[in-house]
Amino acid sequence: MSERKIRVLIAKPGLDGHDRGAKVVAQALRDAGMEIIYTGLRQTPEMIAEAALQEDVDAVGMSILSGAHMVLVPRVIELLHANGQENVHVFVGGIIPPADIPKLLEMGVKAVYGPGTVTGQVVEDLTRAVLPEAET
Amino acid sequence: MTLATDVLAGKRLTLARLLTLIENEKPEGREALDQLFSHTGKAHLIGVTGPPGSGKSSLVNQLARFFRTAHAGDPAATVAVVAVDPSSPFTGGALLGDRVRMRDLAGDPGVFIRSMAARGALGGLARTTAAVVQALDAAGYDIILIETVGAGQSEVEIARLAHTTLVVEAPGQGDDIQAIKAGILEIADILVINKADRPGADITERALLAMLEFRHPTRGNHHRNAAEVPHEAWTPPVLLTVATQSEGISALVEAIRQHKKFLQDSGEWKTRDRERLQSELDHLIEHTLVSQWRTSLPPRQYQTVLANLTGRLISPYQALDQLLEAQTGLSQNHEYI
Repeated sequence: MSERKIRVLIAKPGLDGHDRGAKVVAQALRDAGMEIIYTGLRQTPEMIAEAALQEDVDAVGMSILSGAHMVLVPRVIELLHANGQENVHVFVGGIIPPADIPKLLEMGVKAVYGPGTVTGQVVEDLTRAVLPEAET
Repeated sequence: MTLATDVLAGKRLTLARLLTLIENEKPEGREALDQLFSHTGKAHLIGVTGPPGSGKSSLVNQLARFFRTAHAGDPAATVAVVAVDPSSPFTGGALLGDRVRMRDLAGDPGVFIRSMAARGALGGLARTTAAVVQALDAAGYDIILIETVGAGQSEVEIARLAHTTLVVEAPGQGDDIQAIKAGILEIADILVINKADRPGADITERALLAMLEFRHPTRGNHHRNAAEVPHEAWTPPVLLTVATQSEGISALVEAIRQHKKFLQDSGEWKTRDRERLQSELDHLIEHTLVSQWRTSLPPRQYQTVLANLTGRLISPYQALDQLLEAQTGLSQNHEYI
């Protein structure tokens, strides 16, 4: 029957208005055959978790350039868990100081992509993380 | 607990997962739908279609907000939104961006928004949209807003799925010949001119009103002949809105409610329900028979016929005949073995 599609939510939490990076990643994932739900600028963690639930996504990607990642990311993860979506693959892109990367990974973020990341890497990581799972 | 009982109990994550199973055409999704089907038929299905950029998503956002609040005599209703966007014909990927315009609805547990990729289906909906709508109907949403892809002039599938079809236009999109072409305007139960603060809204309004004057008396009662048309047939109103400023929304909701009342009083509600289910059954039959036929056909046979066709040794009709004959031969063989 119909093939399994990887569904990814791409979100911009917080107050910075620079969404170029988020759009580049969204297009790259679309071109890799995935279905991207794009929510636009200035999303609260609550809005992101709610969209992830209604859309039943496999992954949530957040682009943050404001420096607020240590507040926003754990809140999103906490809400995803509270909703029963512990298995959602969370990744972060944007301007993240190197010292914060291990802390984010500790919180449950699966990957952090800085400037200069090759989009193919994001595609590859996502495919590997999502597809071996139980077929739904 | 089964999927179906969890959905009936209002578990939103289970509902979301069921929608994925339905979209991926998994047997578990089908099983749950079988159990849920007797709970469907209560929601008012409202289709929203129109060209890209006419403001469908913004309008859906405003309509959902309006329905969520109680207004003189009308209680607040729960609302589900199904927003369909196109899939890439080359990669199968899709960028679903309708939620960007629906941020006002965030944080309201009485609203459930689901984005769907068309996954190659033409006609403005995905093949599984009808089934997704059924699941939301069974889950108890009072109003289901269905937003089509918005690609063109042939998006008429929505009229078969929805009780009430809104066709959204914006000023300055085509002359009056566009308005009298067959297709998208004929399916409208309500015509909306959005972005009505832009110049040219009055011209668009005149063109649409003129089109309505000329319209065939049986219009709006898609497949039946004149004798069966109820006495007071529905005349689609033309309404002006500015969705981003919430202008004209209460008049639009009032028109939607009047249309629902018209459907119920005239018996059209039941007729449309029967037509919808018949069209869904027919789609299922076509889809299933074609895929069964394809799987039973030896792949090499298909390739040989295709090679003859591309070599112009046979015409497409001859190719068809050869494949159908091969099939009949095959099934006869089965009988004799």
